Amino acid sequence: MNRLPRISIVLLLWLLCTVPAMSIQRFPPPEFETDHTIPTATQPSARSVGFEILDVAVLTAALSLASWLVLKKRSRRWIVVLMLFSLVYFGFWRKGCICSIGAIGNVTLAIFDSNYAIPWVMLLFFFLPLLFTLFFGRSFCAAVCPLGAVQDVVLLRPLEIVPWLETTLRLLAWLYLSVAVLLAATGSAFVICRYDPFVAFFRFSANPAIWIISFSMLIIAIFVGRPYCRFLCPYGLILRQVGRISKFRVTITPDECIHCRLCEGACPFGAIEKPTVEWPRTEYPRGRRRLITLICLLPVFIAAGIWIGHALHPKLAANHPVVQLAQRVKLEQTGVHLETIDMSKAFYSSGQTLEHLYASADQVSSQFALGSAIMGGFLGLVIGGTLLTHSIFWKRAEYEAHRAGCVACGRCYNYCPRHRKWLKDKKV
Amino acid sequence: MEKQTPDNLPRRRFLREGLWTGALAALGAACAVLLAKGRRQKYVWQIDPLKCIGCGNCATHCVLNESAVKCVHAYAMCGYCDLCTGYFIPEPKELTTAAENQLCPTGAIIRTFVEDPYFEYTIDEPLCVGCGKCVVGCNAFGNGSLFLQVRHDRCVNCNECAIAVACPSQAFKRVPIETPYIMKDA
Repeated sequence: MNRLPRISIVLLLWLLCTVPAMSIQRFPPPEFETDHTIPTATQPSARSVGFEILDVAVLTAALSLASWLVLKKRSRRWIVVLMLFSLVYFGFWRKGCICSIGAIGNVTLAIFDSNYAIPWVMLLFFFLPLLFTLFFGRSFCAAVCPLGAVQDVVLLRPLEIVPWLETTLRLLAWLYLSVAVLLAATGSAFVICRYDPFVAFFRFSANPAIWIISFSMLIIAIFVGRPYCRFLCPYGLILRQVGRISKFRVTITPDECIHCRLCEGACPFGAIEKPTVEWPRTEYPRGRRRLITLICLLPVFIAAGIWIGHALHPKLAANHPVVQLAQRVKLEQTGVHLETIDMSKAFYSSGQTLEHLYASADQVSSQFALGSAIMGGFLGLVIGGTLLTHSIFWKRAEYEAHRAGCVACGRCYNYCPRHRKWLKDKKV
Repeated sequence: MEKQTPDNLPRRRFLREGLWTGALAALGAACAVLLAKGRRQKYVWQIDPLKCIGCGNCATHCVLNESAVKCVHAYAMCGYCDLCTGYFIPEPKELTTAAENQLCPTGAIIRTFVEDPYFEYTIDEPLCVGCGKCVVGCNAFGNGSLFLQVRHDRCVNCNECAIAVACPSQAFKRVPIETPYIMKDA
């Protein structure tokens, strides 16, 4: 039949339209004889800016209240109430997005990319908890962070984690933070947001991979106290370091420690430290030798880190969309892949030249070469530093909440007889 | 006389207070620098319709079960064709609203007769899943008046948009909240 001409016309038309023809008016809009008015598409507006200010106000209020509850009121019950409020507000109502943890990505991008202007709300969400931690310790983790709240709520059968394992697992958080900063700085991805383990519950939807991560994290959180906060959370890691030098801190006892040992098993996060026993005299020379060896080894750790980081840079660079595109296009050009995919089709129809694509991919790669070397060196320093701090003898006379490790949940207060007496005295 | 604990030895206290002041200053400085560079306005995600290739990822990659991306019609650009290639499958049996003729998998495009030979096509938004099949059809043979947009009454504005990550043509970008749409007929 007349199939051939029809197909050729279709083909011709198709060829015509693959050239940048998006706005070509093939069929001019009609002039109606009836009085038909052409409608306009609706543009439903986004969440109004007023709510943004509300978010910051709620954050500030929650942080202040949390600090007061932790340090002055010393009430686990009220901390839980505030924690549940934050879970509902920042979690289920605001859908876990806007979040201080994810803001790390935006802040990093704002530092490295001159074209990216960070919204003020995001900036405040990043800096306010840091500021409060500098004064009052990690009250943000205690009762404001919705991710912490999810884990705190499901913690039913806390298992004790031996200190060496705890320290080793915490290196994961350093790795996560470094990779997240590198990928955000190069404009590749916001991995912290992409792999947020609890946001799926807040939205009641996610892709299957994220659901698997979320549920495994939730199940682990039943047995291990706040696994995300302790071993992965990059923001928690920053708050840990700030918490070390905070002006005020969580104390188990309101006044003096009577060494009753009642609080020993109170902390499900391993953040209560026992008073230290004096080392035997013979231990000191050995300790000193160990320290000197580790200090000498520190440059070796850093160098090894730089080498490994640099060696891994192509793998990391493959996260950047431009590098991905360039790799795919190169494989198609060299005939390894015969068919095009959406990504390369979009590139070919964009009219960009191959040279331009390859040049920009090379530029990104060289950024990654430098960035991953720095990241590797930094991680080497962290590992060396961790070994160093763990071979120093820190003297402690009382049972103390660890400055960095304590998430200010307030569980230990009720274990302390001095706290109970303090409560009774307050009532009188 | 204060009790001598390891925590308040004079040099340790000096070190701690020095560090604390330093940290506060650093925090203030960093915040000030970024504030100066920052914007009061919020950003939202939007699709650049000129870059969009209608791959279909918008329907499947959004964190919402029913994507926040929907088809939008720039009526002023539309040719009001009887044989609308955004509405009908290629080589339709007949030009009627029967399901087997329609391109849209959910029947979200409403075809209404205006006057001979013109038909108006409107999007039934609750039915639209943002697959972009009509967009491809309209761009291929029509005026390209159908295009995909993030609908901000649905979008939860994730910090990292899951569709943006999956977008093969890098058509997703952050736009100021005051101008949250990139309309084709604008």
